[in-house]
Amino acid sequence: MPKTLEGIGCPFCGCSCDDVRVIVSDDEKKILEVENACAIGTEIFLQATNHERITKPRIRQPDGNVKEISYDEAADYVAKTIMNSKKPLMYGFGSTTCEAQRAAARLMELSGGILDNCASICHGPSLMAFFDNGHPTCTLGVVKNRADVILYWGANPVHAHPRHMARYSTYPFGFFKGNGFLERTVIVVDPRKTDTAGVADYHLQIKQGFDYELFNAFRMVMYGHEQDIPDMVADVPKQSILEVAKILKEAKFGVCFFGMGLTHTKGRNHNVDIAISLMRDLNAVSKWSIMAMRGHFNIAGPNKVWSWTYGFPFCVDLTRGDRAHMNPGETSTIDLAIRDEIDLFINIGTDAAANFPIDAVKHLKKHPWITIDPNLSMAADIADLHIPVGISGVEVSGIVYRMDNVPIQYRKVIDMPEGMLSDEELLDRISDRLEELIQEKVKAEKKKPELISSEPVLCTSHSAPPLNETG
Amino acid sequence: MVISMLPEKTLTMITQRSIEEGIALEKGKHTKEYFDACSVIEMNELDMLRLSIEENSPVKVKSECGEVIVKAIVGIQELPEGICHIRQGVWANQIVPCRTYSTGVPQYSGFPVTVTPAPGSIVRGARELLFESVRM
Ligand code: SF4
Repeated sequence: MPKTLEGIGCPFCGCSCDDVRVIVSDDEKKILEVENACAIGTEIFLQATNHERITKPRIRQPDGNVKEISYDEAADYVAKTIMNSKKPLMYGFGSTTCEAQRAAARLMELSGGILDNCASICHGPSLMAFFDNGHPTCTLGVVKNRADVILYWGANPVHAHPRHMARYSTYPFGFFKGNGFLERTVIVVDPRKTDTAGVADYHLQIKQGFDYELFNAFRMVMYGHEQDIPDMVADVPKQSILEVAKILKEAKFGVCFFGMGLTHTKGRNHNVDIAISLMRDLNAVSKWSIMAMRGHFNIAGPNKVWSWTYGFPFCVDLTRGDRAHMNPGETSTIDLAIRDEIDLFINIGTDAAANFPIDAVKHLKKHPWITIDPNLSMAADIADLHIPVGISGVEVSGIVYRMDNVPIQYRKVIDMPEGMLSDEELLDRISDRLEELIQEKVKAEKKKPELISSEPVLCTSHSAPPLNETG
Repeated sequence: MVISMLPEKTLTMITQRSIEEGIALEKGKHTKEYFDACSVIEMNELDMLRLSIEENSPVKVKSECGEVIVKAIVGIQELPEGICHIRQGVWANQIVPCRTYSTGVPQYSGFPVTVTPAPGSIVRGARELLFESVRM
């Protein structure tokens, strides 16, 4: 008889919905039905058992064809490639568990490389703004129970986070908001008349790239300078600005959700910075929180795991061996790629080949490219070695951080195909092999002291102790 | 030759997620669904009229760092004049500039492009575009 599993977490977007019901076949090998998830979430579960999976690592041969190898051979290949590289970079992690992110930290410490995650190309600027200006925020549960004004700025949840409005922000019946959307006002700021704008009470159709100016106009109202606001700011009439500002000020509990509309365009971190300043102004007369619409279901995860390990949420440079540092622009993946500073690229839990500007892909592809991904992605297609792993949240359980930084324990629904490894198991296996190689190298160097002085130092951290014994 | 004689006008490009792209992504980047979802440029109707672009016809989109052939459609989510949109993915990333202003984030949105009709041009697949770029 088919088995129904309740309270399953969806491994797609930052909403990290954990109320999904999944029906699996009696042999627990096939996912038959998915309930409660949106169209994207449903697809991710159904696709997991819908097609032939790649279950063995595949290495590219000199003639361009690929050959299947064992996991041990793959771990050995990765460890040796790391040993031969001066500055390896491991990037991705949006679709991995926190356990795998911890294992990756151990591996990159041993490797003396760079650790970066997808925030680097989406909400990195938001994190930078949080450093600079603080982060007055709350959980999605508080939003559901209390919020009466919802401001979506440069975000389109109907498309990117399909259940966000239904589960957390607009439509749910909350403890203090028993009438759901009837008690809430939704304001959307977006240059397009998006589907989210279509269901909002107010849509400010802003001129693309002029977010900073509009935030400034709102701040002018807060400081009593409305008479100095021009008739139009960023294509938004003064009258609309004053009307919306009044709603913001009179909110009992307001939340500003912002998306890529702020971080992918002119201004980047400065847009988020001024958004936070507006929240501070509003908090003098009302109660406001701000939250980033994080893209992947666990992209907040690496930010947390690496923050408590190194103090930095992304762009973590471990090349110095005994200390970590971070400097977006210098230690960020795209910039490193464009400057050709990387000589080994490990893509994990994302698809850099499809998500990066093509110029960055071209630069990275000059050197060995290893992809760790459950499925055939673009990054797997162009990789020198593709190592398939279990699908996090479907076949692998683990901790996931939702967009409001609330950790959720995800349970697996089915088992991985026999013989496969999870990201965490694979990364640990590579680290173990790398440790052996480092020991061998250290022993060999002790035996030939005269050679050491004449050899160029590849990477100091190969022989340096790890930063954190627990990894 | 014919293409270069047709009108050009600078538009502002944004590349973002859409639900069609999200669903297709999970089906796989090699599928027809992904091709159909991501190899299109959404435009304002008046811009299309001015640039003599017919709905569902191939166009060449050119930015400071590259060009790509995609199919032109009227914006499913309404776009103001002067703004166009390619859903995030392999086609959009052929033209996204890498400049990050020291933040790490490339200019995925808000960069100038020209859109010109490209009658007879073929919209190529994701794999084909990628393989050619990295010379595989
Ligand atoms: S909204 Fe996001 S997390 Fe929730 S079911 Fe849809 S894709 Fe999954």
